[in-house]
Order: sequence, then C-alpha cells, then structure tokens
Amino acid sequence: MRTKLSYAAGLALLAASTIGFAGPSGGSISGKVTYQGTPARQKPIDMSKEPGCAQQHSTPITTETVVVGPGNALVNVIVYVSAGAADESSPPSQAVTITQKGCQYLPHVVPMVVNQELKVVNADTNSHNIHPLAKINHEWNKSQPPGTPPFSEKFEKPEFIPVKCNIHPWMHGEFAVLNNSHYAVSGEDGGFSLPNLPPGKYTITAWHESYGDQTQDVSISGNETKTINFVFKAKPY
Amino acid sequence: MRTNKSTKLLIVVTALLAAPVLASAQQMESHVGKVTGHSESGKQLFYRYCWGCHGFRGDGNGENWLAPGSWLEPYMNIQPRNFVAATFKCRSTTTGNLPTDQDLYNTLVRGVINSNMPSWITLTDQNRADLIAFIKTFSPRWKNDKPSDPINVPPETKLTVESIKHGKELFQKLECWKCHGQEGFGDGPSASTLTDSNDQPIRPYNFAVGSRFKCGVTNQDLYKIFITGLDGTPMPSFADVIKPEDAWDLVHFLRTLQVTHKSAELTLWGSTKEGAEQIASRKVSGTPTGSGIKQ
Repeated sequence: MRTKLSYAAGLALLAASTIGFAGPSGGSISGKVTYQGTPARQKPIDMSKEPGCAQQHSTPITTETVVVGPGNALVNVIVYVSAGAADESSPPSQAVTITQKGCQYLPHVVPMVVNQELKVVNADTNSHNIHPLAKINHEWNKSQPPGTPPFSEKFEKPEFIPVKCNIHPWMHGEFAVLNNSHYAVSGEDGGFSLPNLPPGKYTITAWHESYGDQTQDVSISGNETKTINFVFKAKPY
Repeated sequence: MRTNKSTKLLIVVTALLAAPVLASAQQMESHVGKVTGHSESGKQLFYRYCWGCHGFRGDGNGENWLAPGSWLEPYMNIQPRNFVAATFKCRSTTTGNLPTDQDLYNTLVRGVINSNMPSWITLTDQNRADLIAFIKTFSPRWKNDKPSDPINVPPETKLTVESIKHGKELFQKLECWKCHGQEGFGDGPSASTLTDSNDQPIRPYNFAVGSRFKCGVTNQDLYKIFITGLDGTPMPSFADVIKPEDAWDLVHFLRTLQVTHKSAELTLWGSTKEGAEQIASRKVSGTPTGSGIKQ
C-alpha cells in the first residue's frame, strides 16, 4: 500500500514538473569525455613535398588520430543522440563546412545530418582532391584546384566516413552523417553539451575515430541538465 | 514428437542460410543497344567464366585473387572488381554514380589493359548483356539509386599546336603532375604513397609506355576519364573545374606524353621545335603498372 502511494506521489510530481516546465528549450545533457591510460604518440607530419603548406606551420603539425587536452581530456569525440529522438525528415538549412588549409582538414571531424549541405572549401594555394571513403553512401572523388569556388555535396544515409586527399597522404578527416541534429564534438577540455532535448528516454553515443564508441542511457523529464561522462581506454599503439 | 533443441536450431540456421539465396534471386535486366539481357541467363555464364576471379559472391575475392599478406603469393596484384560495393572505374556518369549498361558492356568487350581482366569478345552480344544483367543483382544500388545521366562529351575541338600548348599549361595548373609526373611517367611526388579505396597500393597511369588506357583507346575515352574520375581510385573527377574546350586541349596534350604511340597529336607536336626537343629528350622509364619507377 505504501509503495503504491509513493509511486503515485512520484508520478504526480513528475507530471507536475513536465506540465509546469514545458518550455521550448527543454532539458540538456552535458559532460566530459576523458581517457585512461597512455594514448599513442602522434607523429609530426613531413610536408616537404608541398612547400606551400609546409611554410604555413612554423612547427610541423602532428597526426590527429588521438587529440588530447589538459586533465586527460579527449578531443574530437562526437557525442550524439543515437536513440530516442525522431529522425529529422528535412535537414537543417544551414550548411556545414570543411576547409582544406595548410594541407589539413579543418575541423578534423565534421558531424552533419543526413542530406544536410556540406560545403567544401580549398583555402590553400595548391590543389587538393577530396575523397570521402564511403561504403554505405556513394563514394565520390573530386579535384579542387586553388581559387575555385567551394562546392556542395550531401550524404543520404547515416555513416561514419573517413576522408582523405590522395595527393597529400597525411591528410585525414572524418565525416559523421547522423540521423538528427542533437550532436556535439568534445572540445579542448573534453566537454560537450546537447541542449534542446524534449522529455524522453535517450541513448547517447560517444564516438572516437580510434577508440570506437560507448553508449549511455539518459532520461530527461523537464528542463533539467543531466551530466554524463565518458571514459575511453587509451592504447599506446 | 517433440521437436528437440537441436532440430529447432537446424531449422533456424537453414532458414537464415536460405535467406541470402532468396534475396539474390531478384531478377534484373540490362539494355545494350537493341539487346536485352536477363540475369537468370547471365548466372550460369558468370559461374562458368567470371567467378574464378570475381568470386561466387561477386565481391572480387575469387580464388585467383589472394589478398595481400596471404601465405601464397597472389596470382594477380590488381584486385578484381567488387560488384557488391558497386564502385566502378570506367563510366560515362559523374563521380559517385553507377555506370550505364553500355559502360559495363564496353568494359567486357575491351577488357581492362594492364590487369588480368581479358577481353570477352569471344562471347556473343546476348551473353554479354546477360552477364551485365547478372552483375546488377549483386548490389541493391541498381534498384534503389536514381538513374544517373551519362555526361555530355562535346565534339572534339580542332587539333592545333596552340591547343597542345594550352593543354600543357592545364597539366601544370591542375597539378596532374603531382601524381603522373612532369613527363607522365607516373612518378610524381605523390605517386609512391597512392592507395586505392581498399588501402591497396596503386600507381598512376604511365603515359609513356602505353597506348591504351584502362577505360578505352580513343580521345573521347580519355576525355571521359578525367571528367568522371575513376571511382575507387585516387583519380578524381575534374568535371567542376575544367571547361569542355579546355578539356579537349588537355586531351591533345596528354597524347603527346604517349611517346611510344604514334598519334596525330604526337606527330603535330613533333613537327614543332619545342615538341621535337621534348620528345627526343624523353627517356622512357617504368612500366604501365608502375613497377620499376624509382621514387
């Protein structure tokens, strides 16, 4: 009897909170992505075959398969809602942009929604070819000489797609084509934030290009901010 | 009689094994000229002629191809086409799109030079059309993709020395030499690090030792190669960055790199002082597949 009463009371409280705070912003999920262990050392890149790029870096940049920050922060992790949010039937009208500069992809990981416009920019004085190695989406490969205008493409199916330039073999990026726009990329401090989540049960996935993915389930009931953290096991190789 | 656990398991496993067979029993047609091909007829032909290299799954893992790193030296160093992935080199459609039936037919007739794909000129037109129809059953893309229009190849522009010289400028500007090398030997600065989309090493075309390309022999074929790009390889599409007249200029210049092949372009170029000097000084090196080119 007592359990039934407390259950009813709890339910009433839950209902009250949702009725009271059914605002447009909704709840949010935020947290930090960190690593444990020793990550593989990143190697400096020799750009001597492309002097125009080499001179843009006073010290050579390193590979970016694992990028870390202070406090064991793991950077460039895509944190997104993998279940619980409806697939977005029409993509955001805003394009996402990837820029080739200094023979590097900026940003290194580019999340986007299915069918969202992807703008490709060549900001260098030399040619690049942009070659997303898609297996589920169509694999295409386009040359982009310097001074030519940006071009647009889109991907029709969800997929994590490695991107490369064949002319410059050290160039590596990742496209993440996702079902909805609830995503974030962990920053220098490993932090991420997923705002504007209506009440519901969500599965949050954190994906790293070298360490794979992890999931956690989170329930949002109103306007609260729930905190979850992800810890990846770093490998020294 | 009570069905015991192992019988239940047997039924489930059989059902699961049967499922892919049922799925691939979808039937496709091909249309090449006046001939219509049917996949049911192509199936037997594929099993007889093709699966030794392309594999019975059509994924390029036939017994004549052994992936690098296997204990036995592979018989061929260029992997047969993976029809399941449905990414094709020789097409007349834009990058990322499927080839037309005619494209596949042309590849069957021509074979693929410098690889182990022979010319299937010994088969009949109907056989080849049937084979193409069967190839289309390996990937759902043939059913699901929107049909892609072939690119427009405009009439070739006049062959002049100016056209060849302009093509030479384009070869520099578009940085073709980065992979193909300044003399087209396939020894450019980026050539030794090239990999195809399966991470297998691959070399750029060496213009100096061949007269034919993987995807044809004519100037029109050459035009199509750099407009469509060779999907699955490092060769990108230049469709958005080159105008049709400029593309023909580039074709004319590329022919002058083929110093072992007597073409109208090479003859015209050789009749100029600059051209004659260049041709005389060219020491042909390397092989079509790139082995022997020093980096």
